[in-house]
Amino acid sequence: MTLPPLLSRLADPFVALMVPDRQADRVVPPSGPTAWLTTFTAGAMTFLCVFALALSLASGRLADRWSDALARTATIRLSAPPQQMQAQTDAVLALLSTTPGIASARALTDEENRRLLEPWFGPDLPVQDLPLPRLIEVVEDGQGYDGEGLRQRLAAEAPGAILDDHTRWRRPLAEAAARLRLLGWLSIVLIGATMAAMITLAANASLAANAQVVKVLRLIGAQDSYIARAFVRRFTLRALTGSAAGALAGLAGVLLLPAADAAGGFLTGLGFSGAGWLWPFILPPLAALVAFAATRRAAFKKLKELT
Amino acid sequence: MIAFENAAYNYGGGELLSEVSLRLAPGSFHFLTGPSGSGKTTFLKMAYAELMPTAGHVTIFDREVKSLSRDDIARTRRRIGVVHQDGQFLDHLPLATNVMLPLMVAERRGNAEDLGALLAWVGLKHLSDALPPSLSGGERQRAALARAIIMGPDVILADEPTGNVDWEMSLRLLTLLVELNRMGKTIVIATHDLNLIRQAKNQVPARVLRISKRRIQLAGADL
Repeated sequence: MTLPPLLSRLADPFVALMVPDRQADRVVPPSGPTAWLTTFTAGAMTFLCVFALALSLASGRLADRWSDALARTATIRLSAPPQQMQAQTDAVLALLSTTPGIASARALTDEENRRLLEPWFGPDLPVQDLPLPRLIEVVEDGQGYDGEGLRQRLAAEAPGAILDDHTRWRRPLAEAAARLRLLGWLSIVLIGATMAAMITLAANASLAANAQVVKVLRLIGAQDSYIARAFVRRFTLRALTGSAAGALAGLAGVLLLPAADAAGGFLTGLGFSGAGWLWPFILPPLAALVAFAATRRAAFKKLKELT
Repeated sequence: MIAFENAAYNYGGGELLSEVSLRLAPGSFHFLTGPSGSGKTTFLKMAYAELMPTAGHVTIFDREVKSLSRDDIARTRRRIGVVHQDGQFLDHLPLATNVMLPLMVAERRGNAEDLGALLAWVGLKHLSDALPPSLSGGERQRAALARAIIMGPDVILADEPTGNVDWEMSLRLLTLLVELNRMGKTIVIATHDLNLIRQAKNQVPARVLRISKRRIQLAGADL
């Protein structure tokens, strides 16, 4: 099967990269410090990239979880004199049962109230003796309800009832998580750009160090693509090797992080889940692609300067 | 093959060559002579498109050099064998590989027997594994000649090929170049060795060009 001409032209450099040409590889002498510099840079950057990826994916999961968990619930806080509390609670529940968009509503029990306050006041808090407001948990159905309309009806039926749809504190949390996710992706882009810059510098240094080789090759009829290929292949394979080592080290680092606790704390939840574990394996080919593009661009530019 | 038409070259501090007009016909043999720094190497560099004329025109194989892309120049150089004054080898590769380089960069397969025969022809078969820095001046020049002809070029340009070798080796190199000319190759040798030119004129109908006052003239009978 043959590829269409355009596809073939695009694919040729990659095919040439995969097919070892020992003779062509020998034309450029071993390049000393630039060899380990490229491998080390690719490894270190990929290692950092794994953590940035973990941060980004964990932030994404957290943002989704907070949004999902809070988006469909609301709380009504009811303050009333003790003798009117039950009557007003019943009135609010009756009102809620006839409100379109509300799937269910129930008043929290004293026991549930105590558990909510336990982290601050301890387990022996006499909830029944304290003038605490009654909390009513409201669960929306898929359609959602008219918040403003509900507030007005509550004001008429139970003046001490306040609807809290969690927007006030849900929004900043979701925004913070989303920004953290964005920061993670931005870090990945910056890491990629830094790696490209480092590899470009290393490739330029290697080309400059081999200026005489380049000159001789041009004099005897070598095309730029032939000379560039020897450098590009070398740098791409180094980046691939370094990046693979960095990705494995990064994965080991993520695996060594403490497991997520029951409360799902953010720091302990940093890592991958499910198919997310495949992401780090994409990094080495991506690093190789970055190295390929950076070296190829640097090589063709430098070749024009040198000869 | 290669033609100059009012060609000039200016390094920035005035013209080194001016109003150069000549044609190198297929199968011809030319010597280019003149004092050091007169522009012999510059002329050769223009003839294989390492330097572009700053005025006038140079055409190589009927194509104006200024219109050639970098890839075109590379392909053109495969038809021109150049023996550089300083050899221009890759010092980390053995002699045989250096000689084969033009085939490698053109992505053509070399034949070990042909390579062996070529190295034997220039008397270097026993040194095929030697690295260039270990070769003597004469060995380097013969290796450069072998590399220059491995692609079967139409034109061979030699820049002071006998500059670093003794008289006996000079004659040996000259004999090799004369043999190539008899095979139909166009030869241009830049040299200031008048004895070599006299010796060559006994073997081959060579034209002698002299660079004088930035211009190239056909030399007289005093040679």
